[in-house]
Amino acid sequence: MRNWLYLHARAFAQALKRLGAQPLGTLLSALVMGIALALPAGGYILLDNIAVLARGVSGTPEISLFLDDEAPPAQIDAIRRNLQSEPSLSSFRFVPRDEALRQLENNGLGDVLGGLTANPLPDAFIVTLRGDDPDLFETLSARMRNWPGVAHVQLDSAWVARLSALLELGRTVVLVLAVLLGLALVIVTFNTIRLQILTQKSEIEVSRLLGATDHFIRLPFYWFGNLQGVLGGLIALGAVWAGVEVLAAPVAKVAETYGAAITLTGPGWSESLATVAFAAVLGWLGAAISVRRHLAQT
Amino acid sequence: MIVFDNVAKHYPGGYVALDAISLRIAPGELVVLSGHSGAGKSTLLKLIPAIERPTSGTVRINGQDVSHLPRRAIPYLRRNIGMVLQDSHLLFDRPVYDNIMLPLIINGHPPGDAGKRVAAALELVGLHGRGKEFPAGLSGGEQQRVAIARAFVNRPSILIADEPTAHLDPAYAADIAELFKSFNGAGVTVLVVTHDVSLFRRWTPRRIALSHGRLMEE
Repeated sequence: MRNWLYLHARAFAQALKRLGAQPLGTLLSALVMGIALALPAGGYILLDNIAVLARGVSGTPEISLFLDDEAPPAQIDAIRRNLQSEPSLSSFRFVPRDEALRQLENNGLGDVLGGLTANPLPDAFIVTLRGDDPDLFETLSARMRNWPGVAHVQLDSAWVARLSALLELGRTVVLVLAVLLGLALVIVTFNTIRLQILTQKSEIEVSRLLGATDHFIRLPFYWFGNLQGVLGGLIALGAVWAGVEVLAAPVAKVAETYGAAITLTGPGWSESLATVAFAAVLGWLGAAISVRRHLAQT
Repeated sequence: MIVFDNVAKHYPGGYVALDAISLRIAPGELVVLSGHSGAGKSTLLKLIPAIERPTSGTVRINGQDVSHLPRRAIPYLRRNIGMVLQDSHLLFDRPVYDNIMLPLIINGHPPGDAGKRVAAALELVGLHGRGKEFPAGLSGGEQQRVAIARAFVNRPSILIADEPTAHLDPAYAADIAELFKSFNGAGVTVLVVTHDVSLFRRWTPRRIALSHGRLMEE
């Protein structure tokens, strides 16, 4: 165990030394990796912020059931009973057409409504839903449309469903981007390690003659790829944080003009660790593929 | 014990480097191998640490058949064989101390003990106190001494050397030959390939000659 730790410590120190021996090359490689990672990481943080915003703005999803003008009281009672037996509802209330008119008048539309000879508004039920599953809302509103006495069903949170779908699409795009750029990152490490192997060729040959196992020879290269990945991950995090800092004030200003208060938040501890760990794993992977391929040729 | 049993080595293109070589070298022997250029001396030497594999026949080192040794087992074989090749194979980007330390690190020696061994090896080859110097600052003879210290620091039971005195002044060459004799005196089996057999003559070593891949005299 002590020998295993010693070998890893030595390989780690060797990798650090090699990184330090070419500061410019190291910095450039880490920058390439950092920028490549900053795109999906930044996209993920942006989507996360939008999702939080959407949850705050949408509130509780509602469905409005507008009734036929001619709907008799018996039909309205039947609708009420249907709503009472519906388990996916949180609550509902009946809004008579006169009350709806009064609400409009109170909202400052009195002048407009004053010109009307009759109340054009229908009776309505405002239904509050349990949960936030857009598919369930759609199914429910489709069923309600078929109830006798219901003239029109309006899903008030339809835009939330659209936004949710858009966020899902965004997440898929970010995932595809992460996979593609992750692949690019593996290729960058692959190439860096290939060059490292070429420059360390004599050391590899001598070590083999002296009885070094493949594992002993590979270990410093694994650590090199890993450390380069960590550096890239840290640069990506820095870029995302810088982006959040730069955008926070303009976004807040735009939101203020709509009477909203929006605070952009950067990556948390778990997201930061995940980003660095993801980069480290990709670096290790690139190094492992490169070492396996190129050491066989030396 | 080093045993060659009817060993042949053919290279692509039909070149026969070794042909029907049968040879036994007992533990603790000092053997000098000579022959003209292209006789197959280096090839024979390289079969011992499995740098090369025979085309036919078997090579046994301390009872182990190394002719068909799996690749992953070769490093462990080499750790028991000290090698000094024509080119010193030193690493010029690190000091003498680190060069000699390398086999000990590979072999997993604790750092404290390894440091003492390196100091002793430097003393033995007459380079005491020069561990911090880089190989490029040393003469050819001194570089060869570093290579010998590195080959011996792991205390192998077998030491093989390919023309260790090839490019050295006679005085340096005699010193190097003296070193090999001292290792042999410590019980190490020593097999030296050399053009200059006279360097070892006074210790009456066992002499082997190769010509066109065949064992000519013993």
